[in-house]
Amino acid sequence: MIEQSVLMQLIIILPLLAIPGIIIFGKWPNLREAVTLIAGGLLLIAVIVFYQNFDAGQAAYIHWIELLPGLDIAFKAEPLGVLFSMVAGSLWLVTSVYAIGYMRGHGEVNQTRFYTCFAVAISAVMGLAFADNLFTLFIFYEVLTLSTYPLVTHAGTEKAKQGGRTYLSILLATSIGFLLLAIVGTWWQTGTLTFTQGGVFDDSTSKVATSVLLVLFIFGIGKAAIMPFHRWLPAAMVAPTPVSALLHAVAVVKAGVFTVLKVCVYIFGIDLLRDIPATQWLLYLAAASVLLASLVAMRQDNLKKRLAYSTVSQLGYITIGALLASQAGILGGALHIVAHAFGKITLFFCAGAIMVAAHKTEISDMRGLGKAMPITMIAFFIGSLSIIGLPPAAGVWSKWYLLMGTLDTHQWIVMSVLMVSSLLNIAYLLPIPLRAFFPGAGPQGADFRENAKVIRIERAQIKEAPWPSLVALSITAIMTMVLFCWPHVFYELAASLAGLSGGING
Amino acid sequence: MNFLEQYNYWIVIILMMSGFYIVIAHGNLIKKLIGLTVFQTSVFILYISMSKVTAGTAPILNEAYKVYSNPLPHVLILTAIVVGIATTALGLALVVRIKEAYGSVEEDLIQEKDLQQEGSE
Amino acid sequence: MIEHLPILQVIIPLLAAPICLILREARLVRWFTFIASALAFVNSILLLQQVQTQGTISYSLGGWVAPIGIEYRIDLLNAYLLILVTSISTLALLAAGPSLRKELSERKETYFYVAYLLCLTGLLGILATGDAFNVFVFLEISSLASYTMIAMGRDRRALWASYQYLIMGTIGATFILIGIGLMYMMTGTLNMYDLAERLPEVQQTKTVFTAFAFFVVGVCLKLALFPLHLWLPNAYAYAPSIATVFLAATATKVAIYVLLRFIFSVYGFEFSFSHLPLQEILVALGLMGVFAASIVAIYQDNVKRLFAYSSVAQIGYMILGLGVGSKTGLTATLLHLFNHALMKGAIFLALAGLIYRVGSVNLKAFSGLGKQMPWTMAAIVVGGLSLIGVPLTVGFVSKWYLVLALLESNWWPIAVLVLIGSLLAVIYVWRIVEVAYFRKAMQDSAPYKEAPLMILIPTWILVLANIYFGIDTGFTVGLSEQIAASLFEVAK
Repeated sequence: MIEQSVLMQLIIILPLLAIPGIIIFGKWPNLREAVTLIAGGLLLIAVIVFYQNFDAGQAAYIHWIELLPGLDIAFKAEPLGVLFSMVAGSLWLVTSVYAIGYMRGHGEVNQTRFYTCFAVAISAVMGLAFADNLFTLFIFYEVLTLSTYPLVTHAGTEKAKQGGRTYLSILLATSIGFLLLAIVGTWWQTGTLTFTQGGVFDDSTSKVATSVLLVLFIFGIGKAAIMPFHRWLPAAMVAPTPVSALLHAVAVVKAGVFTVLKVCVYIFGIDLLRDIPATQWLLYLAAASVLLASLVAMRQDNLKKRLAYSTVSQLGYITIGALLASQAGILGGALHIVAHAFGKITLFFCAGAIMVAAHKTEISDMRGLGKAMPITMIAFFIGSLSIIGLPPAAGVWSKWYLLMGTLDTHQWIVMSVLMVSSLLNIAYLLPIPLRAFFPGAGPQGADFRENAKVIRIERAQIKEAPWPSLVALSITAIMTMVLFCWPHVFYELAASLAGLSGGING
Repeated sequence: MNFLEQYNYWIVIILMMSGFYIVIAHGNLIKKLIGLTVFQTSVFILYISMSKVTAGTAPILNEAYKVYSNPLPHVLILTAIVVGIATTALGLALVVRIKEAYGSVEEDLIQEKDLQQEGSE
Repeated sequence: MIEHLPILQVIIPLLAAPICLILREARLVRWFTFIASALAFVNSILLLQQVQTQGTISYSLGGWVAPIGIEYRIDLLNAYLLILVTSISTLALLAAGPSLRKELSERKETYFYVAYLLCLTGLLGILATGDAFNVFVFLEISSLASYTMIAMGRDRRALWASYQYLIMGTIGATFILIGIGLMYMMTGTLNMYDLAERLPEVQQTKTVFTAFAFFVVGVCLKLALFPLHLWLPNAYAYAPSIATVFLAATATKVAIYVLLRFIFSVYGFEFSFSHLPLQEILVALGLMGVFAASIVAIYQDNVKRLFAYSSVAQIGYMILGLGVGSKTGLTATLLHLFNHALMKGAIFLALAGLIYRVGSVNLKAFSGLGKQMPWTMAAIVVGGLSLIGVPLTVGFVSKWYLVLALLESNWWPIAVLVLIGSLLAVIYVWRIVEVAYFRKAMQDSAPYKEAPLMILIPTWILVLANIYFGIDTGFTVGLSEQIAASLFEVAK
């Protein structure tokens, strides 16, 4: 039996170990992809075994080095980290399968660099998930930013570079300008950065100071994409779709909200958070972010852009969950990390599949695609349900607990925002699969019918995306439904994070 | 304390300022170096004049003399003069090379040529 | 032998310089210079060990005891900087062979090494000596040698840059001379520790204030504090690459040492910070330097000059740390002294390799180099990340201490400005990264090969040092804190 702390380090390092293989076999794509897949498979196994041991009560702690006096690089397993690592670990393998189909179908260049950076990013996510203190978390947070930059600018076109510039500048500006300041401030106030149950602040810190720090944290974690620091996410959509799918629907953005949750639960502590005056205002800000992003999403015709704004909106949910400072809120936020990850990655996979197979990026061009690409569109439908929060998809649970959280804390405004936003979700997501299957006459009348004929002829040549992509998006769609029926694993982890009974290792 | 008693300092200051002014105001590289030398020399005078003790003689050990001027600043200034000469020599050598490379020893002409060169790059 | 280490430190390069002239043959001279510098490096390590075991070393030149004779005095601060200067100098010399052969005519090579050794002598002399006038003499030795080195650059603009530096540098040195003269006038001594004892008696006189002002302005000219930095960008941009590496990494650091030594050890913290608005001035100029120089750097197309401006900005950070006037602030300054030398050493060495192959440091020439010269470009990227202050690089360590020092003094807004300043670094570093990695190589040229190994090896030693000292901070942080503490003790 492998030691739990060794396993934890292995999970962090495993993606890095694949890199030499990826580079050596750079000239032979089949071998190169095999390396990625093997690493992905091993990581998945490692993550699952790790969870089982964790569930059985094995603690894991490892101290690497002390960077500066009191500033350690150390890792520790706790429920939220395990939850996050399971999400990212399982989706890496799926995304790799998908990427093989997509990248080859699209004839992308520089694939070796692509897979290398991807592996670094996953390693950073794992390090971030298991970070024992804010400092370690910050390091991996920055590694994640830097390693994903080449992925965003992958195409090398002027547009990609522009997107990359926005991406990097916002993420670095917020993290260095605010987050680092907040971290130094916390250290200066408390002398510790270790994540502690119930928070690290004591009564000696004034409410003003904690307010300032909280604001700095929430704005500084730019990856959580709270408006007005959300622009990087739509900008990052110039990246190849597998990147958008795994990194900008799962790993990077979830790293952001994961950090928010961690900071709220383990640095401030729920009790203190409730008393900080700034919390209320930040809550409204997050609510505004949810609503505005949904509205913007409605106006986007580019599918990936629409999904990106939808992500901004959904991230707001998780931030709200954290800021509600109630057990149900935390629970809902943590669950939404999982639910949104599986739902949104499905949607992105579908968007990429449409792009590869039909070369369509605009939603208005996708009428009637359902006949040509039924599997893709059904998966899209299921993913949408999860995002909206309708059964039989995983999104139901998280939204349920988030609403419970608003009720518990009597945040009526926030509650109504969540409801309205869900309606908006329906309005901007469901029409896409529905129109794909039932194109109808369309609003333009006769003129449109002429066009429709042309389109139909074109459609006849469209087939489904390459099989690896299809397999991947089917898996995530099915997972979304599986998690509706069996959410226990994640529920228990989230519950023990929120301090509810029935949790493990609380 | 009257004006004349401190006249050595006044001379130092006047020399210093005129040297400094030449360095800043003149565009001719040779003249700038001359200004620089004047500027440095004023400081040498400052050192030497402050070592003078009223009614003191040269610092020769002899029972007949009781009061000596301080010899140390003289020694220091000997060193500083050597440094100054080295600086001037190097500066003049540079000016020769600049004249070869640019065909001019006027600051504004040189800068104009540099700007042209940068524009063409 | 062991008791003569302080003087050997200066004598080794000093004697090596004329021997170079006798040897003549460029290749011989190169290895000879390298050995001399390496010996000086070993010497500095021995000195540090000695200081750490025995405390401050005092060495009387020619057996004349201070304050009559000249005293060399080595404490932790000197020993720390001696190691910095000699190590960077040795690494730069390792790469000097191929780089100089490309950039200079053979006739000049020998003279370059002579000037290099003299410059090294001057810098080490400033660090080792305990005599105020000696500081001036050594300062001029190093300056004259560096004017010579800069003037050897390929471009004719190097001559003009060198001339400008000569004028500004000499004015600075003369200011220092005035300052020292006035101090001597009031106290009758030139020995720094004697000065420190006698100055308090005459502290409240105008002459002492004037002396202080002249001295500080002169030193600030030498260390290129904004707005006295005008000589620096062109001098660094057009000097031979190896000279740039050496000067950028060491010369300004030594000038900062002089400033620290006089503010803390000679005048004392009380005098410098309580009676004069030094704190406000230093903080204001430091911040302005960070912003002005970083913004100008963003608009540079000559990459060497870009990093030269970045040096001015980084000096701003060091001065800022000093301006905080606390132990943590001083620690930040001392850390950044060391760390900045590592970053700029790595970057300029990588640029030396680039010039060797490509022949130009214009941003346009960087197109597609990410693929053609992966190791060189990776070195520039790591150095750049360190400049920005990304964690796990040395840049982060010094920035952490600087921000902490500012927070301790309750200067929130300035802490924010410092962090914004590092974002400006992101912009200028990323301009290079974008061109190198995401722009196609120019088609009319054959692909460039990777830089020669002799340049790559020292570059990567420094790059790895950037990472190593960013992770294992025991040596730098421990030493800096010790030095900061001892300087504050002396000051009290």
